[in-house]
Amino acid sequence: MKINIPVSKAKEIARHHTLKLSENTIAKVAIANNFLTDFADAILFITSFVKETFSRKFEVREFLHQCFAIGYKSLSLISVTGFIMGFVLTIQSRPALVSFGAETMLPGMVAVSLIREMGPVITALICAGKVASGMGAELGSMKVTEQIEAMEVSSIHPMRFLVVTRVLAATLMIPLLILYADGLGIVGSWLGANIKGDVSFVLFFSQAFKHVGFIDLLPAVVKSFFFGAVIGLVGCYKGYNAGRGTESVGKAANSAVVSASLLILIVDMIAVQITDMLAL
Amino acid sequence: MKVEKTDLLLQDSPKTDAKEVVIEITNLTKSFGTQEVLKNFSLKLYNGENLVVLGKSGSGKSVLIKCIVGLLRSDSGTIKVFNSNVTTLTARKLDEMRQEIGFLFQSGALYDSMTVKENLEFPLRRIKRHLKQKEIDAKIEEVLDNVGLLDALHKMPAQLSGGMRKRISLARTIVVDPKIILYDEPTTGLDPVTSDEISLLINDVKKKYRTSSIIITHDIECARITADRIIMLQDGKAYKEGSLKQFEESTDSVINFFFK
Repeated sequence: MKINIPVSKAKEIARHHTLKLSENTIAKVAIANNFLTDFADAILFITSFVKETFSRKFEVREFLHQCFAIGYKSLSLISVTGFIMGFVLTIQSRPALVSFGAETMLPGMVAVSLIREMGPVITALICAGKVASGMGAELGSMKVTEQIEAMEVSSIHPMRFLVVTRVLAATLMIPLLILYADGLGIVGSWLGANIKGDVSFVLFFSQAFKHVGFIDLLPAVVKSFFFGAVIGLVGCYKGYNAGRGTESVGKAANSAVVSASLLILIVDMIAVQITDMLAL
Repeated sequence: MKVEKTDLLLQDSPKTDAKEVVIEITNLTKSFGTQEVLKNFSLKLYNGENLVVLGKSGSGKSVLIKCIVGLLRSDSGTIKVFNSNVTTLTARKLDEMRQEIGFLFQSGALYDSMTVKENLEFPLRRIKRHLKQKEIDAKIEEVLDNVGLLDALHKMPAQLSGGMRKRISLARTIVVDPKIILYDEPTTGLDPVTSDEISLLINDVKKKYRTSSIIITHDIECARITADRIIMLQDGKAYKEGSLKQFEESTDSVINFFFK
């Protein structure tokens, strides 16, 4: 059982036991202890996830249900996000390109920016807000209302039923949502370009994809899978390890969004470095 | 408040040794941090009996049954269920053992996102894999009929009252035919009439499904209706064990506090 020690409590223990350590030292030790406990917990969670993922009894129906919940039910949000991304990017960058006489580069520039970076990162961040918080809150409330324990005592593995299905569904659906957002972003960009110009849809698309190659798509798709896995794992981990009170459900949801968003940016930074090193 | 010695009180226990023991707990100790919740606690559950574990809130009753099903790991002592020591079982063996035990949670713990039918189907499909859909449907209808809620088949848990949730939860527990049922505060939060209905239902389940049960409660009426034998838990220890009559006739101040 995980026991995190609040810093104030650690200081109180130090005072009561007249330890020959300063309160500051005790506080630091408590912080380090809590960090290591959380880290070990996360490792155990991932290990258990991997083990259950390769078990024979895979919950296919729940996996499909989660694919529907994550993919289909996020479509409207992602549609708006993708469209606005392309539209705003075009409106903002058009004047600069016009001043250099490079207006014809606009579709290509928008397409490359959207596909390589903006599409995956912004869509993943939006999904972190919707999907990871939803998982954190759902699993957290299941923990509080003893539903997870009810599964355990019925010899149903909650890790297999709840976590594996959600994480795999997120890993599969987030890249699809990202590709969908990229497509709508280019449509938004075309509309943005037509506010002050006049360019046909076919010409805009052919110009856009003239600059986009497989080499742009591959790293973006690969990192999208990692974004999906991060969203699923963090959302489930926070919910699965929520505390006992109702307050912890809110905390789990909130912390799922914050941690997932932060991890998405870190994964993106690493992905960019790797792409750069491989000269992709 | 004078507390009599447990050893002396245990001499009043009814003679039930001739029956088969289904759960045997010996010197169970469980602590959370510095707080010792169970201290060398021992009990035996005999086949076909309803054993009521009585005690104040926070006396370690729920911790006790969570240790029995392996939801909590004990610090020391042994817990034998059908002669298998729960504390040393492998994960696979623990799963097998859990299929023999039903657990009724205090909150009901119905799965919010599923209908009543899906709640009952969920464990049945996974534990009794050989059953066909027709047999599953028939079994679900049978248990819902037994708890008197056949018309709630397609309702969501949010549409059910507290008493109905307990009944459905009991139906979900018995649908997989457990040999032992552990009830965690089955009547908590219910009005007296519904509490009595649930207590009577516990007796019906015992008769119909021939189960052995441990009923954790602080509700004396529930204990009066269901108990074949009672163990009182006080400060993590077995304070007194005996029949309902022995408890009601006791002059002990701690027991009187509950029974009078």
